[in-house]
Amino acid sequence: MKIRNREEAQETQLNMTSMIDIVFLLLIFFVMTFKIVELEGDFSVRMPLAGNDSVAMDSTELPLTLRMKADELGKLTSIALNEIELGQDFDQLRGNVISLIGTTTPIEGDDGPEIEIDTDYNLRYEYVIRAITAVSGYKDGNEVVKLIEKIKFAKPRR
Amino acid sequence: MRVKSKKVDLAEGDLTPMIDMAFQLIAFFMVLINFAQTESNDRVKLPSSQLVKPPEAPLEFPIILHVAKDGEVFLGGDSFTAETLRVGLNSEISVIKAEGKSVKDANVVIRAHKDTAAGDVQEVIRVAQEVNLENFALRVKEDRT
Repeated sequence: MKIRNREEAQETQLNMTSMIDIVFLLLIFFVMTFKIVELEGDFSVRMPLAGNDSVAMDSTELPLTLRMKADELGKLTSIALNEIELGQDFDQLRGNVISLIGTTTPIEGDDGPEIEIDTDYNLRYEYVIRAITAVSGYKDGNEVVKLIEKIKFAKPRR
Repeated sequence: MRVKSKKVDLAEGDLTPMIDMAFQLIAFFMVLINFAQTESNDRVKLPSSQLVKPPEAPLEFPIILHVAKDGEVFLGGDSFTAETLRVGLNSEISVIKAEGKSVKDANVVIRAHKDTAAGDVQEVIRVAQEVNLENFALRVKEDRT
């Protein structure tokens, strides 16, 4: 009886080595391919080629013009909204946009005002995005209040 | 002799907790793994903005353009300049047309590096406009601070 018992106990013990090998291989694979996903979003802009759309455009509403100047390194030196110099202050830009379009309530669909962004060629794209952020809305708590949704770019300056 | 062999048995530690942990880790990484990383490019570091939210529905017919810091444009693994980009866009458009849709249904997703010259991005947009694409999405990173 004694001998039998011992033999049975030895037989039930599995060899774990190969499984652990595979498990570690899988683990290493997943660790190596792991990358934290950054959340991304879009500024959607509808920009048909100029000229095609001129008939449909409302002639009574001229677009606001935003002029952004850069130094030779691409750093922002000044912003001007409708020829009003605003320095480099994006908050002031947002304030001016609010006072110009007269309302801070959300604007429906295509009826909103339009803004044309005219930048120096070498201005860094980051500043353009900051300007678009400033003119397209602001955050009120967790709510996003929209200002201008129609954005277009002027001809690139060479 | 018998006693010796028993000692060998004792030297084998209990592997159960380790295997438990290893499986837990595998499960964790498997759940979080994201194979859809074809959208990103190592040479592009997006600018950030507080206003954007991740889209609820994926864009229809996206054409993803990566604009690197020096103005080089990547489209589907090929590298273009603003001048040669038209060739790449035309082949994308022919794919869209083959599916029975119009060019105006396509969305051009522009993923530009934050230090790219704005003019380079504008040139890319101009080239896309010239082939009648008109829906653009400027992709930025969500800033939650």
